[in-house]
Amino acid sequence: MDKVQSILALENISKKFTGTLALSEVDFDLYPGEIHALVGENGAGKSTLIKIITGIHKPDSGMIKLSGEAVSFSDARASYDHGIAAIYQEASLFEDLSIAENIYMGHQEIRPFTKNIKWGSMYKKASELIRSLDVKLDPRALVKSLSIAEKQLVEIVKALSSDARILIMDEPTAALTKEEIDYLFNIARRLRKEGNAIIFITHRLEEVFEIADRVTVIRDGKKVGTIEGEHIDVDELVRMMVGRNLKTLYPKGETEIGEPVLRVEGLSRAGEFNNVSFELRRGEILGMVGLIGAGRTEVARAIFGVEKLEGGKIFLEGRQVKIEHPRQAMELGIAYLSESRGEFGLVLQMDITQNITIPILNTFTRFGWINRENERKEAMKYFRLLDIRASGLEQKVESLSGGNQQKVSIAKWLAANAKILILDEPTKGIDVATKAAVHKLMSDLASEGKAILMISSEIPEIIGMSDRILVMNEGVLVSEITRAEATQGKILTAALGEKTS
Amino acid sequence: MNDIRLKSRLKEMVRRREFGIFIIIVVMTVVVGFRNPTFFTKDNWKDMLMYASILAFISIGQMITIVTGGIDLSVGSVVALSGMSVGIIMREYPVFHPVLLILLGTIFGLGCGLVNGLLIGKGKIHPLITTLATMSIYRGLVVVVSRSRWVVYGDITDGFRMIARGNTLGINNLMFSALIIAIVAYYFLNHTRKGREIFAFGDHKEAAQFVGINGVNINILVYTISGLLAGFGGVLWVSRVHTAQANTALGYEMQTIAACVIGGVSIFGGVGSVIGVLLGTLVFGIILNALELIGIVDFWKLSVQGFVILLAVIFDAVLSHRVMEQMRKRRRIFDAE
Repeated sequence: MDKVQSILALENISKKFTGTLALSEVDFDLYPGEIHALVGENGAGKSTLIKIITGIHKPDSGMIKLSGEAVSFSDARASYDHGIAAIYQEASLFEDLSIAENIYMGHQEIRPFTKNIKWGSMYKKASELIRSLDVKLDPRALVKSLSIAEKQLVEIVKALSSDARILIMDEPTAALTKEEIDYLFNIARRLRKEGNAIIFITHRLEEVFEIADRVTVIRDGKKVGTIEGEHIDVDELVRMMVGRNLKTLYPKGETEIGEPVLRVEGLSRAGEFNNVSFELRRGEILGMVGLIGAGRTEVARAIFGVEKLEGGKIFLEGRQVKIEHPRQAMELGIAYLSESRGEFGLVLQMDITQNITIPILNTFTRFGWINRENERKEAMKYFRLLDIRASGLEQKVESLSGGNQQKVSIAKWLAANAKILILDEPTKGIDVATKAAVHKLMSDLASEGKAILMISSEIPEIIGMSDRILVMNEGVLVSEITRAEATQGKILTAALGEKTS
Repeated sequence: MNDIRLKSRLKEMVRRREFGIFIIIVVMTVVVGFRNPTFFTKDNWKDMLMYASILAFISIGQMITIVTGGIDLSVGSVVALSGMSVGIIMREYPVFHPVLLILLGTIFGLGCGLVNGLLIGKGKIHPLITTLATMSIYRGLVVVVSRSRWVVYGDITDGFRMIARGNTLGINNLMFSALIIAIVAYYFLNHTRKGREIFAFGDHKEAAQFVGINGVNINILVYTISGLLAGFGGVLWVSRVHTAQANTALGYEMQTIAACVIGGVSIFGGVGSVIGVLLGTLVFGIILNALELIGIVDFWKLSVQGFVILLAVIFDAVLSHRVMEQMRKRRRIFDAE
């Protein structure tokens, strides 16, 4: 066993947060030149484990060994100084600072006596580093001026700036599209070849097969097991993660597709999308796919009245409508579930009941007083229907997992009797089991006659769930593919295709 | 590299904002000058600048706390407490050298600031609550230490008077102090690690933790700096106005916050510049002075101050919205066939 010295070993790590046991006697080891995937459902304890390795949390018990030597990190910098760098799941960039400053924050080079930062050399090194990774970014640009994908690239550059021996990637691909993922994987493979070790956390199992040498599965704060790369098997992995068999991730039922409910013609908004036309039918799930920045979300937001349309028409059941405000869209029976559930849609500080009943409060209100009993009954109906996992209707939405938050926002719109649901990345950052549940829900809704426009970057999800697929590329609808003829290759070609003006 | 030019527009905006304030100053000067020519006299400018100088460096301290996403409401009380304490020491021991008195006042301020910093950093109490409480506590202490006997004109020694009246290198001491502090602050905030960490911390606290920035130390540091500058300011204040009372610098924290907001410091943290704050103080100083000269009643004075702050914020919002819209429209998008 001890042929090669492990570069990192965690032994019997336990961590408690105000009563809940986040990690219980977890072992984990990492060897030079390997990519070790860490998988588990949301809340399984992956992020806690990572934060222990990076020195943000201190373990209550257990030992961390680096190349066989026991260490203890007082803070993130101590871990960093030992050659551990991380790309975090949440955007961890300073929006109002430049790219170069973001890369070097905390370890800027300074002159010995005056202690001032060597700005010139910082910008120079940053631009060399950026160039060496084949990226086009101005190191002086402020991060807030970047697109989401560009921000992710900065995160990667930042982690690579340190010549770390151990690189941790906490769901780095969640916001990336295929091209960027390939790019990231190439970097990861290169680093592996150079003898570095990588811990890779993901929700996308296909990525595990693509890149990992070993996989460790964590469930409920405990290690379930570690599998060698060649023995990895999807069903086995899923069973280990959720503790039970999962029939299918994409339970798309056959539905009767009816008449068009939404039709848009020539939608345009400068700099975002141009001349977009499509129709959405009753009982249909219409998938919309494309790279981040292709204009998918922007189209959805414009239909919902969040942003102003600069051209084009919207028809609802054949009648032309003008939507200038989300309220109008809601009254017309359109619902929009945004990518970030906190942005709008959910009031995180309120409980489940209050969130579900926001749009329909009028129905329980008499003389300005809310009938709490009826409100609760209504909320309970959807709570049961959607199988929301919570301690009760009184739980604050803030403390729910991503998947359950998503269910609450769907419940809200169902309660409001929406006919058209626009779901923007409905399963982003959601664990496998909840993902399947959300898919099942979508399928059920469609068969009840709702029309669903689903925006997603995950091609398997798009293929698995859509009746028809629209592909967007640089603000333009480039292709429409039916369910029967949809393949990964076809979609990617359209989404990635070089457009000429 | 059209793209890159576009992205630096945001930075340009900040610069443009500072330029904008400058234009406002020029316009105000001309308008007020025509209404009342006294405005242009050397004495009036000196008066105004002496007032603005103290406001300037205390506002710089305020800015540093606001950049971290906090606020220091206690500065006015610290000015009064430091000024009163030093005034009493001077009255009791007239032999003390003014430099020693300055030092003492600064240390008192540092102590007050350190208490704020410890409560906020170690105690994890919200800055607004902490400094709201210490604002009252320090103000109460002013009365306690004075035993209700104010420091009056007759108590001021000649040496002490010269702190504000005297010159260094031909520049009035107050202006000289403000200048030096501004330069040091500029260097500290823009060219040292700690300075940049303050911005990073104010920008995104969790990300700051990820790169190993110690938030507790940052909090202690910024409130101590703010207190120290207010303590120093307190001595200069008493030297300038020749009295120390229980209501000295009452409401002064609002002026420092206003100077910051006018100067483009984001109340949400992460954004602010020393130059912006200096210009902000100048605008504020000119407005106060102008209102005085034009002979506007006190009620209107406060209202006008409020309007100016509101204008600055609206100006900011409109400008940043415009820049964002421009960026969107310049983005490359293709035509559908």
